[in-house]
Amino acid sequence: MTDSASTFTDQTSSDDGTVDMMVNMGPQHPATHGVFRMQLRVDGEMVKDLIPHIGYLHRGSEKLCEYELYSQIITLFDRLDYISNFNNELVIVSAVEKLMDVEAPPRAELIRMILCELNRIASHMLFYGTFAIDMGAITPVLYNFRDREKIQSLFESVSGARMMHNYFRVGGLKQDVNDDFSSRVLTLCDELEKGIDETDRLLTSNEIFVERTSGIGVISGEDALDWGLSGPVLRASGVPYDVRVDEPYSRYDEMDFGVPVGSAGDSWNRFYLRILEARESISIIRQSIALLEPGDTMAQIRRIARPPAGEAYAHCENPRGDLGVYIVSDGGERPYRLKVRPPSFCNLQALKDLTVGHYIADAVVILGTLDIVLGEVDR
Amino acid sequence: MSFTDILLAFAGILGMFIALSVGVLSLTWLERKTLARIQQRAGPSVVGPHGLLQPVADAIKLTTKEDIIPAYADKLLFWMAPVFVAIPAFMIWLAIPFGDGIAVRVLDLGLLYLVAISGIGVVGLLMGGWASSSRYSMLGGLRAAAQLVSYEIPIVIVILSIAALVQSLSLDAVISGNTITVGDSIRDLPGQGTIPFAFIMPMGLVIFVIAGLAELGRTPFDIHHAESEVVGGPFVEYSGAHWAVFFLAEYLNTFVISALIVVLFFGGWSWPSPPESLFGNDLSNTTTNVLGGVWFMLKTYFVATLIFWVRATYPRLRIDQLMSFAWKALIPLSFGNLVLVAVVLFYDWPLWVMPAVSVPVLIFVATFVQRTRGARGRPQTVRILRRSAGEIGLPVPDLANRTPAGVINQVSGEGQAGD
Amino acid sequence: MTTEGSSSGATESDGKAKKPAPQKRREPEVARAAVALPPEGVALAERLPGAFGSHGIEVDAAIDEVVCIVPADRLIDLCRQLKDDPSFGFTYLRLLTVVDYVEQDGEFELVYHLFSLANHHKMMVKTRIPERRASVPSVTGVWRGANWYEREMHDLFGVDFEGHPDLSPLMLPDDFEGFPGRKSYPLNDYEEW
Repeated sequence: MTDSASTFTDQTSSDDGTVDMMVNMGPQHPATHGVFRMQLRVDGEMVKDLIPHIGYLHRGSEKLCEYELYSQIITLFDRLDYISNFNNELVIVSAVEKLMDVEAPPRAELIRMILCELNRIASHMLFYGTFAIDMGAITPVLYNFRDREKIQSLFESVSGARMMHNYFRVGGLKQDVNDDFSSRVLTLCDELEKGIDETDRLLTSNEIFVERTSGIGVISGEDALDWGLSGPVLRASGVPYDVRVDEPYSRYDEMDFGVPVGSAGDSWNRFYLRILEARESISIIRQSIALLEPGDTMAQIRRIARPPAGEAYAHCENPRGDLGVYIVSDGGERPYRLKVRPPSFCNLQALKDLTVGHYIADAVVILGTLDIVLGEVDR
Repeated sequence: MSFTDILLAFAGILGMFIALSVGVLSLTWLERKTLARIQQRAGPSVVGPHGLLQPVADAIKLTTKEDIIPAYADKLLFWMAPVFVAIPAFMIWLAIPFGDGIAVRVLDLGLLYLVAISGIGVVGLLMGGWASSSRYSMLGGLRAAAQLVSYEIPIVIVILSIAALVQSLSLDAVISGNTITVGDSIRDLPGQGTIPFAFIMPMGLVIFVIAGLAELGRTPFDIHHAESEVVGGPFVEYSGAHWAVFFLAEYLNTFVISALIVVLFFGGWSWPSPPESLFGNDLSNTTTNVLGGVWFMLKTYFVATLIFWVRATYPRLRIDQLMSFAWKALIPLSFGNLVLVAVVLFYDWPLWVMPAVSVPVLIFVATFVQRTRGARGRPQTVRILRRSAGEIGLPVPDLANRTPAGVINQVSGEGQAGD
Repeated sequence: MTTEGSSSGATESDGKAKKPAPQKRREPEVARAAVALPPEGVALAERLPGAFGSHGIEVDAAIDEVVCIVPADRLIDLCRQLKDDPSFGFTYLRLLTVVDYVEQDGEFELVYHLFSLANHHKMMVKTRIPERRASVPSVTGVWRGANWYEREMHDLFGVDFEGHPDLSPLMLPDDFEGFPGRKSYPLNDYEEW
């Protein structure tokens, strides 16, 4: 958070004698998806400059992690990107398993993958709804949250919590899933397909929606790479990089799925990518359920993980992008240093480049397509 | 004007005031219920049976709320702005006919009166935006003024076309028809009682509905009080009773536009066939009039429900898209409509020529716009790359031979878990 | 050299282990994680000394990543070459971290995680700077995405990045004193006012 020289007031005047106005989309604003503050310098309706202010949700997670056992860190990671909890848990658990050179049993990996993909769908559902309501379409959000509820009640039956699950462990899962897990997931897949189709029909080819989003916030592939963007934002600009296929983790290398890649790099591409991704996730889940067989869900390791000294970087494909964690271990039960690579943090850096030259209304749209979660940005 | 006339006029106005207030409150209930059902929610259901008393609760809440006036606000303008928005909305109802020759005041210049009064509301929004002395409200007020002024024009031109059709500015003539003398012959111009103008002038209907939505400031044209951007626009600093008046004005305007659509295009109070043939032959005058009024109200509420449905479905247009739509699309179309009406009347062609020309034009415009904007072709800008086709990522192992325990011995050392 | 802890097992203050120092003279050996480089990592590790020997680098490995340790003054050169040379092609900066080794060596270690989409290999570039003069050239000229990482590290650790366009605080309030990321900053034993 800052109120220093990197902010501006109204007195900046432009060449033709008019005064640019400073519009503050403050920490409390319906469209900023959390406690995030944007200062826009506008000339009439056109944005000339943009300064983002973050840090309102900074909780010192990384320093906290240095004082907690590895199994305690999993709860902290749940709360980083609080929309896609399972992906966060997966990344920390993968990093520690990498350090310890431990593999989770195949059944555990499969269940992890299923839950992560369901979480991806849930996160994208939230994105569709909030993106639509940012633009004034007030109905899709209710439909999408209804579908999210179905997913979350499945999560509740698996882990006991709708959101902050604390279910993955180093070496596997906390406990096995119920017997009706497979059938429940398959039924859920059918329902989710209908929900995604509904949102697709409502929004994708809607004239007004297309007008509001196409050509808005265009970024080229090289610029996107330079800024370190990842996830649907990067793929919309034509760069075919998806951690699940380029550096497969869990059991993704056994799955046959497609990765949508856009070509226009604009907001509509970023939106439509996520619709297609959700459908691909459903296909992954169905393939995984077909492979599910009884077995162990926890590797034989000590309860209190003591990885050897070393460093590990593990990453996974969050619904928002490339979520990574870098652990420096000194051989103890607590990490020496833990650093999170949050995709929303990196994606947010490019906000100014994306928005300058558009209108105020477009600033809201562009921020929506970046799909940030402040818990991840601020940690 | 005798004393009884003045007394009757006052009684009429008071009656209209009360009836309108009840009507508007019921409209708020209808909107909330419609939106809720579309969104798979219950809507108001606690206060009164089916939440019917919810508007009463809302009214009580709003009037007893604390009235906060910003310190730097221009007090006089701040107070006057809601008045300037709400009073014209009431005034328009004076001219609207509920039956044959029944209106609070039968005006010969009804259409002109409508157009004139509806222009005053713009001033109120501008005043609200300026007087609030807040960035967001000023932005919203300016946007609102630009939008409302631009969309007045198509509305006026369509009203002009209707006036040309019945050769009169009176709303009564619009519904009942008009008889004029042209040179030596007497021409009988059909009103809506004969055939609703929606079938004669479909283009006019479409233009009027869209421009009417924009005049109301409703989705998809509600950018000036878009919650997700300017959080209320010119209304953002108003609270309590002041805001209640704005709220009332918005619903009054919705009611008015719905009523105007019915009066101008769907026959007003006239039944498809005379009520006598539907309900028996011996109906008194009063019953006929009451039936006419009820039918009129039913149609108005139906149109209002359609307006709410549109609100639930569409996102909103950006201000520059909105303005370009008005100036580049609606105004040329409305002029075209006027020219069409003029030509048909001048050459005395049969009236079905008008829809025969307008409907293809409308279809062409709609498809042309879709093609140039590229809404249909957009999904092709995204392609799906499959790993199995070698289009992305590392080479994929033989998926046909995978086992539940994993793909064994396929990729050296990088079988499954970890990483 | 990838981490400390190889010689001072229990006497160093790792994390907040409250164990008393063991009585026996021989400290327990701390296990090291095994190195398992993938084939492209091995190829990379073999090419690096040849290409950048003049920069004074040391090549190491950490589980499955190649590590290249470079002195701070040659950092920008190395990074730019790594990005521009198509056979390396590290156009993607994944992460920039500061690790606090002040208590052990009096130094900060900066770790840059790089990835090349075209050649499909990854590596870590490390450099050490003394705590007294915690200043390193900024790599925002090479990768724009380093901007906020460096700002955050400056905020939390006090490391200065020369040439950075705007080092104003990112995470912390303007009036915050101290560098909470450092090990020396206590977790919860400080007076706020």
